[in-house]
Amino acid sequence: MIAPLRALRRPQGAVAGLWLILVICAALFAPLLTPYAYDIQNLPNAYQPASAQHWLGTDEFGRDLLTRLIYGARTSLSVSATAISISVFCGMVLGASAAWFGGWLDRIVTMTVDLTWSFPEILIALILVAIIGPGTTGVMIAISVAYLAQFTRLTRAQIMTLKGETFIEAARSLGAGNAHLLFRHLLPNALAPVLVSAMLATGDAIILEATLGFFGLGAQPPVPSWGGMMSAGSALVFKAPWVIIFPGLAVAITVVAINLYGDALIAELDIRSRLRREA
Amino acid sequence: MLSWLVKRLLMLVPVFLAVSVVIFSILHFIPGDPIDNLLKIGSSPEARAEVEARYGLDKPLPVQYGIWLGNVLTGDLGTAIVARRPVADLIAQALPHSLRLGGLALLFSTVVGVTLGVVAALLRDRWPDRAIMGGVLLGSTMPSFWLGLILILIFSVSLGWFPVSGARGWESLVLPVLTIGLGGTALVARITRVSMIEASGRDFVMLLHAKGLSPLRIQLRHVLRHALIPVVTILALRIGWILGGAVTVEVVFARPGLGTLLIKSLSQHDYPVVQACLLMLAMAVILGTLLGDILQALMDPRVRAALS
Amino acid sequence: MTALLKLDDISVSIGNLGLLDRISLSVGRGQVVGLVGESGSGKSLTAMAAIGLLPLIGGRVTKGTVRFDGQDMAAMTETQRRKLRGARIGFVTQNPMTALDPVQRIGEQVDVVSRLHLGLSRADARARTLDLLTRLRIPEAGAVVDAWPHQLSGGMKQRIVIAMALAGDPDLIIADEPTTALDVTVQAQIIQILGSLVRERGVALLLITHDMGVVAQVCDRVAVLYAGRLAEEGPVGPIFAAPAHPYTAALIGCIPQDGMAKGSLTGIPGAVPSAAAFPAGCRFHPRCPRASDLCRNTPPMIVHRTAGQVACHHPGEAE
Repeated sequence: MIAPLRALRRPQGAVAGLWLILVICAALFAPLLTPYAYDIQNLPNAYQPASAQHWLGTDEFGRDLLTRLIYGARTSLSVSATAISISVFCGMVLGASAAWFGGWLDRIVTMTVDLTWSFPEILIALILVAIIGPGTTGVMIAISVAYLAQFTRLTRAQIMTLKGETFIEAARSLGAGNAHLLFRHLLPNALAPVLVSAMLATGDAIILEATLGFFGLGAQPPVPSWGGMMSAGSALVFKAPWVIIFPGLAVAITVVAINLYGDALIAELDIRSRLRREA
Repeated sequence: MLSWLVKRLLMLVPVFLAVSVVIFSILHFIPGDPIDNLLKIGSSPEARAEVEARYGLDKPLPVQYGIWLGNVLTGDLGTAIVARRPVADLIAQALPHSLRLGGLALLFSTVVGVTLGVVAALLRDRWPDRAIMGGVLLGSTMPSFWLGLILILIFSVSLGWFPVSGARGWESLVLPVLTIGLGGTALVARITRVSMIEASGRDFVMLLHAKGLSPLRIQLRHVLRHALIPVVTILALRIGWILGGAVTVEVVFARPGLGTLLIKSLSQHDYPVVQACLLMLAMAVILGTLLGDILQALMDPRVRAALS
Repeated sequence: MTALLKLDDISVSIGNLGLLDRISLSVGRGQVVGLVGESGSGKSLTAMAAIGLLPLIGGRVTKGTVRFDGQDMAAMTETQRRKLRGARIGFVTQNPMTALDPVQRIGEQVDVVSRLHLGLSRADARARTLDLLTRLRIPEAGAVVDAWPHQLSGGMKQRIVIAMALAGDPDLIIADEPTTALDVTVQAQIIQILGSLVRERGVALLLITHDMGVVAQVCDRVAVLYAGRLAEEGPVGPIFAAPAHPYTAALIGCIPQDGMAKGSLTGIPGAVPSAAAFPAGCRFHPRCPRASDLCRNTPPMIVHRTAGQVACHHPGEAE
């Protein structure tokens, strides 16, 4: 059985995996699951606490909070996951070519990565969103650039260690070309640690997306995102605290679940030492 | 050691230059023209050119950069376009607030994080370890602005212990420090625990046991001393993260500081102020790496030997 | 007279893996006993069992007793056992390069033993340390105490480790391959210093080594371990004259001569099996020239003879 499924057999992996499956399904099938529309305003119905009609209450426009939370999962998950995918792809290409070709390319990549790596992602993302402009596309690009350094670094380190291994030497002596070595031997071997750390980074990206959303830079109203909901909620914190409590809980629980499942996966794949080398 | 320090300081010069180029050029990609804010709607092109000349925006970019860098190095950070005051004044006002907040948060994360990490490592795989590591995981997954708002809800709104916002008196610092500090605590506790456990398995620890020292003394005087080396190094590297946390938390608590200033100037497209804020944050990050290297050398004689 | 250290029929496991099987061994006061075997035979584990530090590596004694000066170690509290370590049993580790705390000065690392166990003041402890270092023929002891471990050579570090072992004025020193990690020229020096110091002070020594030459040079008795079991044990003279166990004979047959690679046992083809794959019967049979069907199926009993013990179905036969 493959590792992601085996990780589900560990108790913490099972609980975390279940939550993640739930959230992903909610995001995918949002229109089928929600009793209300996310953007229909019902002003007389505003600021309702939790009730039988509105399980999590309503916001300042009388919109159903559970509905918006489920649609919010759609935005938050898709933006974070897409951003990290872009980041992983570019990071792997950059890191692998830096490690493989060495020389001035490696020096430039390493220096740039080291420099950006010590800057907090939130700052990098804030500046980039300011350049690109707010909205989901801007946030997506900003997040992917913010995490680029991490994946470039990790891929580069993996390839560097693999480069010295005998099976690579053997393949090279048999006349394998650069492309063949990189795509058939090196990258597949570096893949597991990079993908697992990508998964953990998706958790961080969800927080980052929420933070940008909180500053009003994410998905623009009326499209709900978890960060955007909290942005609106922060003004209502005294009047209707539930508007901010539930999206925050959704973020925290989802990120905890990603971390727990990631831990189970790391244990299952037995790659803790390969990840730690780069911590 | 001294010659190393001089060399290390000289190495900062190109890093600083690279960072300054990046900061300077990035901001010229930000859309939205700050000059618009200064002109009345429908102003003549002549009036516009006049304002541009006043702020030096009519010259080619490399020249603008040269002038800017020269001014920065002499302590002149320019004039804020919106506030129409020297940027240095704005920074001088904001910086102490951020330093106080960041410093206290750093102190809090270090003390609490190391303590929790040590307890978790000593009671490894028993319930206190699981409880601490569980709490730590939770602490690192909550968005800091949300945590801040929840703390306000509990301690300011419900209990009325601390003020909701502002920067008057020490009470106003408690919740912001806690908000940033909890995230840092999680990081420190995790690193401390892992490096304690790693250090416990080292050969020399076995010999300390064979010498008849008590396990607690071995853990606290020897193992912890080793575990602290990576903790300090990583913390110094993460000074940027703590300041990054300060940015959001300052906004949540409506405190004056670099973060509030940065966010406000970003939305107003006030280049000179944004540049100065970023420069300050970048300096903090660069100095953090330097501090990390120095502390590591102070704590580990082998590193000192390698340096001289 | 009771033996100073007596391992009585002990078995040791880590997890579910049985690593030592029914080993008996004793060290008398002032006696020098060699514990010999290739890597993986269980020598270090025996040493850990003797000072009660098995829990550090997740191991435990599952059968038998370890007695120090007549007292059962298992019956003591951990605090009592701790008072033995350093005070009555000194320990010298295999690799001096990693044995010292890299961020503490040499002097303090030695001082702590006599301060803790002999109750000496800071100044007295330092005087004692300087005296010990001088006896160990460390040049410029006054400067060495203020040095950091990384500033010393391997041979120097091992002398420091020996000084730490002696600082508490112990009755017994357990030295786990004290010279393996050192250069050949330094090896002889260290063995000589160790041997003469224990003789001079009447300290007993359990010397773990894979080198029969060293045993012949300094030991009174020798115990040979193979794959977690005792092969043969007894006084050095008779055993070297007429080894009963073929493994002992093979070890004696390959005492390293000048020019041979460190630690190589050219005389015995094959390697010690891992604990997960111990063969049935006598564990030495796959490598034994005398192996019979009996050896392949039945583990040999330990036979006590006048001066020692041997576990072999075909003891002392000519090859």
